[in-house]
Amino acid sequence: MAPMWSLLLLPFVGLLWVPFYNHELPALFGFPFFYWYQLLWVPITAGLIWIVYRHNLRRGDE
Amino acid sequence: MSGDIHWTALAVFVFFFLLVTVMGFAASRWQTGGSKKEAHLDEWGLGGRNFGTWITWFLVGGDFYTAYTVIAVPALVYAVGAYGFFALPYTILVYPIVFIIMPRLWHAASKAGHVTAADVVYGRYGSRWLELAVAVTGVVATMPYIALQLVGMEVVIKALGLSGELPLAAAFIILALYTYSAGLRAPALIAFVKDLMIYIVVLVAVVLVPSKLGGYAHVFQAAGEAFAAKGGATGLTLKPAQMLPYASLAIGSALAAFMYPHTLTGIFAAKSADTIRKNAVFLPAYTVLLGLIALLGYMAYAAHLDIKSNNDVVPALFNALFPAWFSGFAFAAIAIGALVPAAVMSIGAANLFTRNFWKAYVQPDVTPAGEAKVAKIVSLVVKVGALVFILFLPTQFALDLQLLGGVWILQTFPAVVFGLFFGWFGGPALLTGWAVGMIGGSWMAFSDGIKPVHTFLIHGNGYTLYTGITALLLNIAVAVAVQLLFGRRGRPLAASPALRGRV
Repeated sequence: MAPMWSLLLLPFVGLLWVPFYNHELPALFGFPFFYWYQLLWVPITAGLIWIVYRHNLRRGDE
Repeated sequence: MSGDIHWTALAVFVFFFLLVTVMGFAASRWQTGGSKKEAHLDEWGLGGRNFGTWITWFLVGGDFYTAYTVIAVPALVYAVGAYGFFALPYTILVYPIVFIIMPRLWHAASKAGHVTAADVVYGRYGSRWLELAVAVTGVVATMPYIALQLVGMEVVIKALGLSGELPLAAAFIILALYTYSAGLRAPALIAFVKDLMIYIVVLVAVVLVPSKLGGYAHVFQAAGEAFAAKGGATGLTLKPAQMLPYASLAIGSALAAFMYPHTLTGIFAAKSADTIRKNAVFLPAYTVLLGLIALLGYMAYAAHLDIKSNNDVVPALFNALFPAWFSGFAFAAIAIGALVPAAVMSIGAANLFTRNFWKAYVQPDVTPAGEAKVAKIVSLVVKVGALVFILFLPTQFALDLQLLGGVWILQTFPAVVFGLFFGWFGGPALLTGWAVGMIGGSWMAFSDGIKPVHTFLIHGNGYTLYTGITALLLNIAVAVAVQLLFGRRGRPLAASPALRGRV
C-alpha cells in the first residue's frame, strides 16, 4: 500500500521545489517554462490520484 | 469605464440572474426523491447527504473557485506577476490532500450523523472547548469570505454601468431568500449553470483574447516589459526572495482550503467516500481554468488597458474586447459565481452555529426539525451581516480579515485531521496548540501590517514564510509538547467511531 500512496508525494516535490522551474526558457506555445510546467502538473496530479484510486479499488479497500 | 449603463449587457445579465433565481426557489424539490422532507438539518444543511459524483463536482467546484477568485487572482497577477500565480500550485496540491483526508472525515461524519467539523472533533475528543474553538474559528473565517463574494459582485455590477448599492442589496436578498427556503440544494443546482457559464467565458477568453492581442508570446512579452518598466521588483518569474513565500503560500493554502465550513459542507453532503475520491481526480479540471483565468492579468497589459483599481482588470478587459452581449454573459457568470459560494458559506456557518452553539449550550434537546429551523434563520442573519459589512465598512477591512481568516482556519487542521489517522493526541494538547497558533499567527500578521508572510532572520539571512504555515508549525510543536508533558490521551483508537472499520 505504501509505495502506491507515495505517488501522491510527487506533485509536492515537483511544485514546491521552486528553483527547478523558475525559468522563462524553454517556452512552449508562447508560454514561459514557469507557466506551462506548473499547468502540466494539473493533469499529472489528476493522473496520479487516479492510479492510486484504481489500485486501492482493486485491492478491495473501501 | 464610463458611467453609462450598458443596456445590452445589462439585459443579458438580468436574464441569467432571473433564471438562477427561479432555479433557486425550485431547488427545494430537487433530489428529494419526490417527497418534501425539509424538516431535518441533514436535508436543509446537507442536501440529504445524497449528492453523487457529478453534483458534488459542480457544487465543490462552484464553491471552491469563487467569483472573488475570478476577480482577485488576475488582479494579483496583474499587480505582482509570477508571485500571484501561487494560486496554481495551491489548487493542484489541494487534491492529493483531499484524496487522503476527506474520505476518512466523511466516514467519521456519516457514521455518527455529524454535520460540521466541530461535531467530528467533539465526537472524537469529547471536549466542548475544542469543539467551540473549531466552530468559532470556522464562523469567523467564513464571514469575511462571504463579504468578499459581495465585492466580486459589486465589481461586475459597476462594470455594467450601474451605480449605487441598491442592485447589490437586491441581488443578495434574493439569494438569502432562496437559500432560506431550499438550503444546500439551491447552490448545488445553480452551480451547474454557474460553472458551465464560467467554462464558456474562460474558454472564449483564452482563445479569443490572445488572437486579438497577437498571441500568447506577445501577451507574456508585453507583461514582462511592463514589469521591467515598473522597476523590476516583480516579473514573469520569481525573484530569489519570492520563492520561499511562493511555495509556503501554496502548501499552506492547500492545507487550509478544505478546513473552511463551505468546502467541508460540500464534502459532508456527498453520498459516499468514493464520491469524494472520484472528485479528487476530476476537480483539477477547474484548476486548469484557474490557471488560464490568472493569465487575464497579463492580457490586460497586452491590451494597453488603463486600470484604476486592480480588481477592475477582468471587467475592463471584457468590456474592451468582447461584444456587449458577451460581456453581459461573462458578468452574469461572475455574479452567479458569487451566489453559489455565498450560499454555501452561509449554510456552513449556520450549521456550525446550530450544532456547536445552539444545540451544545442553548437547547440540548433540540429536534432535527428544530435544528433546521434555527439554521435557516441563522443563514439569513449571516448574509445580512455580510451585506452590512460591505455597505458600511471599508472593503480593505474585509480583505484584511479574510487574510487573517486563512491563517486562523489553518489552526484547526490538527484538531480536525490528526484524530482521523492516529489517536496519540488528547483534546487538551490540541486545544493548547490551537490557541498558541491563533495568537502567534495573529500577532505575526498584525506586526507585519496584515501581510500574509513573515520574515525571520537566521544568521543574518532573511527567510520569509507564509504566516499560516509558521503558526501551524508552532501549533503542532506546542500540541506535541503538551501531550508529552501532561500526556492524557484522547479516547483509545478502537473506541473512536472515526476509525472503526477502516483499513
